[in-house]
Amino acid sequence: MDAVVAKPQSFKSDLKPVWCPGCGDFAVLSAITRTLTELGLPPREVALISGIGCSSRLPAYTSVYGFHGVHGRALPLASGLKLARPDLTVLSVGGDGDGFSIGGNHFVHACRRNVDLTYIVMDNSVYGMTKGQASPTTEADWTGSKLTPEGPGLAPFRPLEMALSSGASFIARAFSGDPLELTRQLCAAIEHRGFSFVHVLSPCVTYRPEQKGWRARVHGSFEAPTADRREAFLRLLDDDGFATGILYQGRETPFQPTAQATAPVAALGAQFAV
Amino acid sequence: MTLSSVSIALTGSGGAGVMTAGQILLDAAAKAGFYGLMGRTLGPQIRGGESAALLRLATGPVDGPDDGYDILLAFDWGNIERFQDELPLNTGGLIIADPHQGAVPDIMLTGDDIRTAMVPFHDLAKPIAGGRVNMVGLGLIAALIGLDPAFLLDRVARQLAGKGEAALEASRAALAAGAAAAADIAGVSPLAAPAPRTGDRWSITGNDAAGLGAIQGGVRFCAAYPITPATDILEWLAPNLPKVGGTLVQCEDELASINMIIGSSFGGTPSLTATSGPGLALMTESLGLAVASETPVVVVNVQRGGPSTGIPTKSEQADLNIAVNGLHGDAPHVVTAPLSIGDCLFTTQWSVHLAEAMQTAVIVLSDQTLGQSRAIIDPPADLAFVGKRRVPERIEAPYERYAVTADGVSPMALPGQEGGAYTGDGLEHDPVGHPSTQTAHHQAQLDKRRRKVEGFDYGDHWAEVDGDPDADIAIVTWGSTAAPAREAMARARALGFKVRLVAVRLIHPVPVDRLRYALSGVSRVLVVEQNHDGQYWRHLRAHMDLPGTVAALHRPGPVGLRPREILARLQSQ
Repeated sequence: MDAVVAKPQSFKSDLKPVWCPGCGDFAVLSAITRTLTELGLPPREVALISGIGCSSRLPAYTSVYGFHGVHGRALPLASGLKLARPDLTVLSVGGDGDGFSIGGNHFVHACRRNVDLTYIVMDNSVYGMTKGQASPTTEADWTGSKLTPEGPGLAPFRPLEMALSSGASFIARAFSGDPLELTRQLCAAIEHRGFSFVHVLSPCVTYRPEQKGWRARVHGSFEAPTADRREAFLRLLDDDGFATGILYQGRETPFQPTAQATAPVAALGAQFAV
Repeated sequence: MTLSSVSIALTGSGGAGVMTAGQILLDAAAKAGFYGLMGRTLGPQIRGGESAALLRLATGPVDGPDDGYDILLAFDWGNIERFQDELPLNTGGLIIADPHQGAVPDIMLTGDDIRTAMVPFHDLAKPIAGGRVNMVGLGLIAALIGLDPAFLLDRVARQLAGKGEAALEASRAALAAGAAAAADIAGVSPLAAPAPRTGDRWSITGNDAAGLGAIQGGVRFCAAYPITPATDILEWLAPNLPKVGGTLVQCEDELASINMIIGSSFGGTPSLTATSGPGLALMTESLGLAVASETPVVVVNVQRGGPSTGIPTKSEQADLNIAVNGLHGDAPHVVTAPLSIGDCLFTTQWSVHLAEAMQTAVIVLSDQTLGQSRAIIDPPADLAFVGKRRVPERIEAPYERYAVTADGVSPMALPGQEGGAYTGDGLEHDPVGHPSTQTAHHQAQLDKRRRKVEGFDYGDHWAEVDGDPDADIAIVTWGSTAAPAREAMARARALGFKVRLVAVRLIHPVPVDRLRYALSGVSRVLVVEQNHDGQYWRHLRAHMDLPGTVAALHRPGPVGLRPREILARLQSQ
């Protein structure tokens, strides 16, 4: 462990976040820097990869290597990096629109692929950056958007169920207002070998001010992680969307094809000789 | 009389084994010292359906088809009306067909002095236990063109390795039956004896060559999504990348494959994917990300008929517009095109070098004709081009990932490097990489990204310039049409008509000064390409004034441009 990384502050950049005062994402940023400190990871060996959205701005607010890509594509970026550089600790961050809507296909396939990286979704059930439209996790009857004045009229996605059915090997949910629990989960997620998904309820106080009430709704009912998919599904059938804790931790083998070179490049042409 | 080149089409419904027979014939001819190539035309069916192996065998190197075929062997006539225009016959051409498949269709007999010979392939194969009609046909063709059957047997034995002596014996008998039937066919001139072979030759497709070029250029990561006709590149890389310590991953879609290679390249690994038109369209947003974040990536786009799903199994050169102009914003990047089947190796390798050196996106415009044709070539010389990225040796705070430099290229720190942490960004940014909406930052970053691509020294590889320095007329072409253009030029010369040829490998940015120099002195320019709209002709005219009278010869696929058409335009312009 590098002496210089002892403090969470050393993982933060001097850039001021674009987030609104009261945004849950501040606490997630702090929990990430605290986690990296607790794990004693040198900043130069950590990479934070994101797409587009309020929460996707997060990498630039840290002092680790980062990549801020296009909307919805954080997970392929992160997977490509980890597959090519298994020595790095790779985290991917983003929001519910980025991860479950435009990037939904990558989410289910990343769960299935089980590359050893951690995906943190800051879910506030709204598109904040485009000023308040319904996301895939918005309630069917939410009428706060000019785009869907009658409400989206669709049942929201249940991200933990998607992750479990798609094969994610670590699934947890935390609340940004409980940074200690969030940090505990992030430490476990990063230490987990395989794809770890941490669903963070992170309120948008600007477009969903009623989410200030989430503090009263969250409850820690996923007490201990299970490695039994049947048990995990049963817990999710009873889930009201506010249960926190580590739901599932399996022992599926991470996907990390690695090959030791067995031939010089110059030898490859021989297969074409006739 | 002997020939220096003979063109042979083998056609039949799926199951007739025309592709297998074609490849055996090509490789046997290579073993005997000939050069040659084999293209393929396929219907849309997954299995079965019409198919043809399109061969040209020659005493010297060839990289494109002749005007037509000297011999067309039809095992059957299934769906012939769908693709007979892809099987034109040369004057005096010979059609060999099985009488049990019915009379030769009239549409096949429209050429000049077409001759027919009926050979009962099925009857000849039937008495041989395990005998196959394609082997009978192969024996017949070899006898007609004077190819020693020992070379055929050698290749057949390789094909049947492990299938037992009975299978080999059946093939031997079938080949002999075909050869015996050749005695009844008169008036076919054999190939002249080839010059003695001095070394190995390669039998390689353009797609395999592109894969090898990628690895030779330093690529060690490939993210793949299958699409016709590019899949062969990915399927070649899948077992070969691991041999050199690399990795190939199959993705959920092209959005994932382009982003995976941006991620791996951000980590410092030269990375590539291959696709075709529809996939390239999906990738364009992220190609802009590679440009803005200055992350090197290479996309080999094996063109097929478009737009939309178009004609997936057949060739066209119609993706130039999207490759050059498909990215939103001002997004300078590089577009290259291989000039022959064998050149898919060099151009891909060079493109990896360009991407790494300039930290940008490079799109290689191959096409189905180049990618899925197999050629006999002399093994290419070892090339020095290996991707080399400018990485900071010593980093002083604050590290400026996007430092505004004289040549526009900024040293790129790689994860793991102390003091080099930065956030790669598709948002406009300042030199450190912090997001910025400021006019001055935008201007400076746009300028540097253009400067590095336009100021780069591409050397002599931007084109193949050939022909007569004092010619009055020049052909300008690109990609697979370079082959018929070369042949048209050679024929023009034989007629005493001087022509210059500029076959351009660097499509974008347009090498204006070099083109102007290459065309100095000509008063007529003919731009040749295979697409409906004249995309390259328009692209050139948008960037420069071509000298003298400019004409364009362009038409869509799937029938490839022929030397005869280009020669006729040269003579009439």
